[in-house]
Amino acid sequence: MTTSLALDIGLAGLILAIGTWTVFARDSLAAVIGFVGYGLLLAVIWVRLSAPDVALTEAAIGSGMTGMLLLGAAARLRTERNHATGIGLRGRVAVGVLCVMISAGLAIVILFPPESIPTLAPAVMENLAQSGLGNPVAGVLFVFRALDTLLEKVVLILALLGIWSLAPDRAWGGVPGLRIYLEPSSTLTFLAQLLPPVGIVVGVYMCWVGANVPGGAFQGGTVLAAMWLLVMIAGLRNVPPIDRFWLRFLLVIGPVIFLAIGLAGFVLADAFLAYPAGYAKPLIVAVEVALTLSIAVTLGMLGAGPPERSQHS
Amino acid sequence: MTSFLVGTAGFVLGMAALGLFGIFLRPSETDRLMAAQLLGTDSIAGLVLLSITTETPSIVDVALMLALLAAFAAVAFVRSATSGGESNVAEETRHL
Amino acid sequence: MTILLNVFTVLAVVAGAFFFLAGTVGLLRFPDTLTRLHAITKADNLGLGLIILGLLPLASGPIQALKLISVWLLVQISGAIVTQLIARAVRQGGLQE
Repeated sequence: MTTSLALDIGLAGLILAIGTWTVFARDSLAAVIGFVGYGLLLAVIWVRLSAPDVALTEAAIGSGMTGMLLLGAAARLRTERNHATGIGLRGRVAVGVLCVMISAGLAIVILFPPESIPTLAPAVMENLAQSGLGNPVAGVLFVFRALDTLLEKVVLILALLGIWSLAPDRAWGGVPGLRIYLEPSSTLTFLAQLLPPVGIVVGVYMCWVGANVPGGAFQGGTVLAAMWLLVMIAGLRNVPPIDRFWLRFLLVIGPVIFLAIGLAGFVLADAFLAYPAGYAKPLIVAVEVALTLSIAVTLGMLGAGPPERSQHS
Repeated sequence: MTSFLVGTAGFVLGMAALGLFGIFLRPSETDRLMAAQLLGTDSIAGLVLLSITTETPSIVDVALMLALLAAFAAVAFVRSATSGGESNVAEETRHL
Repeated sequence: MTILLNVFTVLAVVAGAFFFLAGTVGLLRFPDTLTRLHAITKADNLGLGLIILGLLPLASGPIQALKLISVWLLVQISGAIVTQLIARAVRQGGLQE
């Protein structure tokens, strides 16, 4: 048994253990910590599967952002304990059966693959050079399946609208109720002054190198969102009310520029989301920059939660 | 050399597993938080080792992201565990 | 020269792994929350530093080496501050022991 195989077996066992523990955890904080640990290990597993782009996204979303979002949801549930309805035994059994079916399906596909595995990877690698990009994942995201990426970004904004719609009527347009750190803490202030500059550099770096090596707008945007949330949690900056023009402008600038370039493709390159020859890479980089900003602001506002207080109170 | 480094990565992750098992036996909020910290640092060490063995420089970027986001997650946990449900609506927000 | 560098790498990585072991053992065996926090932060960060030091000769270039060192610096600094945060929350009774 080579050491690589032993490492992989160990990883698989560890993640199964953490997953089981998360499912059977007693209280929500323990379950969320378990889920965050699960995300951390999953990032390592993606690396072992030679998927660094996915590992980057998993490390960004699965550890930090999801943990924070789940904790916010759990805290909100805690304050409404009297309305709690458990899922019940039949619900749990139904969920279990569905999970087993999905796992069985995945196992069958992996253990008994068809003779010639259908894959478009060679076609991608052949045509990648035309677009000027070096990272095949960026090529798939922005050149070959750009429509999917555009729709994803719109879905992100729809999710934010869903969260905002939870606001009571009188608070619409007001300040999100992000729970900031109650104790004035010089330690947290120090962290919130030290980490964000590093985070901003890393976020910009992630977006910039995404064209040629693993990285991209989503990973960079998530780091920026996390840094912004850190600054707001430490109380160093106020949470903006949701009807601020600059906020809404930044939220939509990414999808709007993407859509505009896509529509311009009708005129300049005779297809929706087609790029004129030779201009593909600068256009894609412009789209990625705008998307990074939008994703950062969207995820930050997702973490901040629905508005709770009208700003004129 | 390569299998030695991979073996070290496995050992480090095994240390994380050991720590998690110990936490499992001693359930308390802070211990679970420390388990997450332990897992984060051990994963970063494992990723750095794997980056060198597989000669893929982008894995160090994953470790960088993990470091930043793990610190952020820890702050979110401590805030959630200590705040107890008060939102900033109930507090004056400081102006800078 | 290469033999010397390889020996250096092996020694540093083994020392780093030993400190990781020490950190986990401390987490399991120390009596008190604050001492356990101390164990996983100090020992693990030192272990990470030694491992990265050992990997520097194998890095693919000066940029890669600088990136490795900056990862370690980031983990060291943020780990120290986050530990202070957790310890203060424990000490003030916000986090249950």
